[in-house]
Amino acid sequence: MQKTIRVTVNGQEHERSVEPRLLLVHFLREELGLTGTHIGCESSVCGACTVAVEGRTVKSCTMLAVQADGKDVRTIEGVAQNGNLHPVQEGLWNEHGLQCGFCTPGMIMSVNQLLADNPDPSKKEIRHALEGNLCRCTGYQHIVNAVEAAAKAVGGGQ
Amino acid sequence: MATTTTKPQAKTYVGQRIRRQEDPRLITGTATYVDDIQRPGMLYAAVLRSPYAAANIKSISTAGAMEMPGVKAVYTGKDVSSVGPVPCAGSMPTLRVPHHTILATDRVYYVGHPVVAVVASDRYVAQDALESIEVDYDPLDDVVADPEKALEKDSRKVHPEYDDNVAFTFHLDGGDVEKAFAEADTVVKLRVAAPRLAPSPIETRGVVAEYDEGAKELTIYSSTQIPHLLRTQLALQLNLPEHHLRVIAPEVGGGFGSKCNVWAEEALAGYIAIQLKQPIKWIENRRESILVVAHGRGHLDDVELAAKKDGTLTGLKLRILQDIGGHHQLLTPIIPTLSVLMLPGLYKFKSFTADLIGVFTNLAPTDLYRGAGRPEATYVIERIVDRMADELGMDPAEIRLKNFPGPDEFPFETATGLSYDSGDYAKAFNIALEKVGYQDFLKKQQEARKQGRLLGIGFCTYGELCAFGPSPALPAGGWESATVTVEATGKVAVMTGTSPHGQGAETTFSQIAADALGIPMDDIVVVHGDTAKVQHGIGTFGSRNTAIGGTAVHLALQEVVGKAKTYAGHMMEVDAADVAFEGGVFSSAKTDKTVSFQDVALEAHLCKNLPPDTEPGLSATRFFEPANFAFPFGAHIAVVEVDRETGEIQILRYLAVDDCGKVINPLMVDGQIHGGVAQGLGPALMEGVIYDEDGQLLNGTFMDYPIPKAQHMPWIESERTETPAPGNPLGVKGVGEAGTIGSLPAFVNGVVDALSPLGVQHIDIPMTPQKVWNLIQERSQS
Repeated sequence: MQKTIRVTVNGQEHERSVEPRLLLVHFLREELGLTGTHIGCESSVCGACTVAVEGRTVKSCTMLAVQADGKDVRTIEGVAQNGNLHPVQEGLWNEHGLQCGFCTPGMIMSVNQLLADNPDPSKKEIRHALEGNLCRCTGYQHIVNAVEAAAKAVGGGQ
Repeated sequence: MATTTTKPQAKTYVGQRIRRQEDPRLITGTATYVDDIQRPGMLYAAVLRSPYAAANIKSISTAGAMEMPGVKAVYTGKDVSSVGPVPCAGSMPTLRVPHHTILATDRVYYVGHPVVAVVASDRYVAQDALESIEVDYDPLDDVVADPEKALEKDSRKVHPEYDDNVAFTFHLDGGDVEKAFAEADTVVKLRVAAPRLAPSPIETRGVVAEYDEGAKELTIYSSTQIPHLLRTQLALQLNLPEHHLRVIAPEVGGGFGSKCNVWAEEALAGYIAIQLKQPIKWIENRRESILVVAHGRGHLDDVELAAKKDGTLTGLKLRILQDIGGHHQLLTPIIPTLSVLMLPGLYKFKSFTADLIGVFTNLAPTDLYRGAGRPEATYVIERIVDRMADELGMDPAEIRLKNFPGPDEFPFETATGLSYDSGDYAKAFNIALEKVGYQDFLKKQQEARKQGRLLGIGFCTYGELCAFGPSPALPAGGWESATVTVEATGKVAVMTGTSPHGQGAETTFSQIAADALGIPMDDIVVVHGDTAKVQHGIGTFGSRNTAIGGTAVHLALQEVVGKAKTYAGHMMEVDAADVAFEGGVFSSAKTDKTVSFQDVALEAHLCKNLPPDTEPGLSATRFFEPANFAFPFGAHIAVVEVDRETGEIQILRYLAVDDCGKVINPLMVDGQIHGGVAQGLGPALMEGVIYDEDGQLLNGTFMDYPIPKAQHMPWIESERTETPAPGNPLGVKGVGEAGTIGSLPAFVNGVVDALSPLGVQHIDIPMTPQKVWNLIQERSQS
């Protein structure tokens, strides 16, 4: 049984016929070839698969593609605009907020959500906001620095 | 802004905080990890694993799966019997290596043991098909789930072909330990248990295998740390010449040692791709990762330490029981021998005896995980040194300072026969003590204790053996290789035999090359992780990337510069010996002519006026064989407070003073320390694989196997001392594992110190609130 869905991803509309059980993350990665969204735990703990659906972060490994029918999805591929890195990307690069990079796309999506909700977060608020994104490489300290730098760059900080 | 890729005026790249070359692809989602690879006609494999820890396989029925639409093939152990065994590189005389087939045949040895592989048109169908396979198991009673009990005479034998569960024994001693203990004023004993840890890189394992029938070439994309060694082993397992086998480590999402291995699924995917003549993808899920990716640690140590009453340490006795699991993986028996070598830590005592017993159990294999043998050793020595200080009524800082070799005693021969290369251990520790304000802290602690607060401070002064390493000490060679090729345009390719997977070697090696050649970093491309592009190499593990791989790069660069000087001299009509090279420009005091690096690069390819006795091209390949390991060291301090009501541990301050030799990129060294500390905090506070008595894994997902989150981590205050490594021209030691080695004992010593008013002398990890709370209740009532 297949169901036809229409999903807007990074501003582009896609129509596909999918199995109802297809996970959103597999739809993005395998149907649309947007492999920047990663899979780390299939249980919505690690956050490597984080994307934004209708402007709110979602773990795409525990959402079905059919649930995204008619919705607007943003993935890591849609974060940089016209070849210009987003301040969060710049922050992570400048502050060495990544090592293997596998968690990074999901981390960026969550940080974007944080800064949208709270443009000038404290260190504690940053750490709390990242509790749904696991990083095994960095010990998070440089990620926290990166988020602070990004907040400053977008004008939230002093 | 401290980070830049623009070359600063009159400065070099080496030693600077430079942001990484590899990051643009990683932060934009355009990097290619194994699961991102798509091939036309690609099939998906899934593996059925044993639900029992110990069972005989009576029969397997695959008919149900074969009938399912989309299923292409099903393989049992019998079907893949021509594939060679999963290799183990251990070679001690007592070692028992049971035959380790890539799929179980008549018996399973642990929960998760691979039994059947299914290949289907998509990953969902492959997963569904696993449900339709019927395996008739005859589960065995008396699962061997406890390594200590496994040694009892009446324990069932994990491998019935052996008369007990001993996988190997290893003994080492030095000095006169009996005399040391007989003449000691004080002897303390401790039993230290370190549970198994799941390495848990966020990218699980994965393989894509593709076979070109015409060329007879098999390409394996694997999330591996050792593409060249994997190629050699796969060539043996699949009976192929190495030149028909190409192994590619694409972007690798973390390894921490768990991908420094040769896994059954790699040969399995390769075999299936050859059989079906279609590309195969296998991606591990998280549950499989926690279940079967070789666990780190898993040892039980009984240790005794002897000392004089002035605190001089005189001798140590150690017995390590190492849980091997049901099978060896690549380095399983080797890892705990490193613990034996490192048992003296940073201390001068010369008498010791150590017995290591590897024990087969019906649990998943153990093997290397970040630190591999050294965190185990450091944990034991740093715990018992604290215990001794407590027994002697001595300050734990003082006992350490008293027993370090002085900076003028290097190279320092350890009790276990290692030659520590260079260091000033007291200096690093004193910096940490000063920074934490130790004397003030002790006063505050007195006050806090009067109020009933449980405030503690924990030290770890660690030494590390890394930069693996001299070839005689390693099973597969400890050298590393590099090729530096200058292109006609003056751009440079650096091919390294290492296989970095997050360490940032594209950046560090570019820094080294840019300085040597006087060109911008952006003109350099570092190529790694592809056996078809890179000369033979060893890989990335044991904090060897920069010290060994970087040195090979350095040597190749020196050779290229030497050859370039010959060209430049010829172009300027002076002797090569009179040519100076600085900032990318060749010059000579004997002429006012200069030529640029780019001019020389072009001439080396055009060869319009080739100097006599030279060959065209500007390229060099060099191999570096180190004479010794390198020995980083440092001092970590944790200030902690334990909540009496909840048993929760709060880390108030964390200081790390590390010495990893010369630093190529301080930003990245900080990153390695931070990440390392997180992997010491995990086992200290929360991590640990839990099995029940039937060998069933009880915490096999990230829901119940906790790895540290952002809010668990303290702010790490980092400092460095810099003692150059004498064993390589770059002076670098290594830093990948230091944080993991140095942090765990600091946390545990801090908590024991906090709880010491209650009479607590030791607490086993992980120090969960529940365990700490129970301990507080127990002690408060007694």
